[in-house]
Amino acid sequence: MKYMRQFGIILGVTCAGELMKYFLPLPIPGSIYGLLLMFVLLLARVIKVEHVKEVGEFLIEIMPLMFIPAGVGLMASWGELQEFLVPLLVITVTTTFIVMFVTGKVTDFMMDRKGKKEEEEN
Amino acid sequence: MENIVLNSATLGFVISLLAYEIGLAAQRKWKKAILNPLLISILLVIGVLVFFHVDYDSYNASAQYLSYLLTPATVCLAIPLYIQLEVLKKNVVAIMTGILSGVLASLGSIFAMAMAFGLSHREYVTLLPKSITTAIGMGVSEELGGYVTISVAIIIITGVLGNIAAESVCKFFRIRHAVSRGLAIGTAAHAVGTAKAMEMGEVEGAMSSLAIVVCGLCTVVGASVFANFM
Repeated sequence: MKYMRQFGIILGVTCAGELMKYFLPLPIPGSIYGLLLMFVLLLARVIKVEHVKEVGEFLIEIMPLMFIPAGVGLMASWGELQEFLVPLLVITVTTTFIVMFVTGKVTDFMMDRKGKKEEEEN
Repeated sequence: MENIVLNSATLGFVISLLAYEIGLAAQRKWKKAILNPLLISILLVIGVLVFFHVDYDSYNASAQYLSYLLTPATVCLAIPLYIQLEVLKKNVVAIMTGILSGVLASLGSIFAMAMAFGLSHREYVTLLPKSITTAIGMGVSEELGGYVTISVAIIIITGVLGNIAAESVCKFFRIRHAVSRGLAIGTAAHAVGTAKAMEMGEVEGAMSSLAIVVCGLCTVVGASVFANFM
């Protein structure tokens, strides 16, 4: 029953996230409302990590599988995609690398700077 | 036979699981990043469907239960984030600066390349949400008047690409801190990339989850500004 209870809590928070989306219809999906809500409930210790840990870890572990149907869906939108496939792929590939590079390097730089500051203060 | 394929509540699900197992086995055997289990399983399933003339809707009739789990799984990303709360608190300035510069790099580079390729306004706004999670990205594309189905396709392609390339990119560009690696992956390749970050380490996974949320929210605002540029 332990795992079912954990799953129940997770689904409950998910459902509450969807309700929040209904009352506060920003262009943000219910899942993100749910994520924020789960985070707040964990912070407030309304939900303890032990209450959701195993099932949560399981769901995260099998997450890549959940993208298979959407990926296979590329099959259905292939016709539309074909028209401007070349610029589209070039832009997608290039910008993905640019974003990884910029985010990673800027964060590295900021963390090193902070590290140095702390050393000086000590 | 056709009835079984069309009405089965499990067939598409089972095919997806099998294809993923094959993908995992292939990666174990040859240990190449390009043999990404997600990529292999998507291609295998497409191959099977095309070969047996099954259309996407009949496959998705059962495979949709896999997608159904995506919302609760996304909610669960709050758990590793909470466990790594100290890392978040300690580095909050570096983290926020990193994600914001990533969002600007994304929107800016898409703008520059769309100009270079002479894309139309509609094609340009279709690309803007490419690095954020599908559900937010669809909304942004719709709001700005893009081709929503193409946005979804690009978001998936970006995610799979990020998932495949994450480890090599971090190595190649010498991104040293675990925090930076996680943020880089989550900002560039949303939840699909995060799945890989989770495998790389706890800190990477937590930071990647955080990046999905912050990057998604910033892009909602940023994309509506950038949409006016072209």
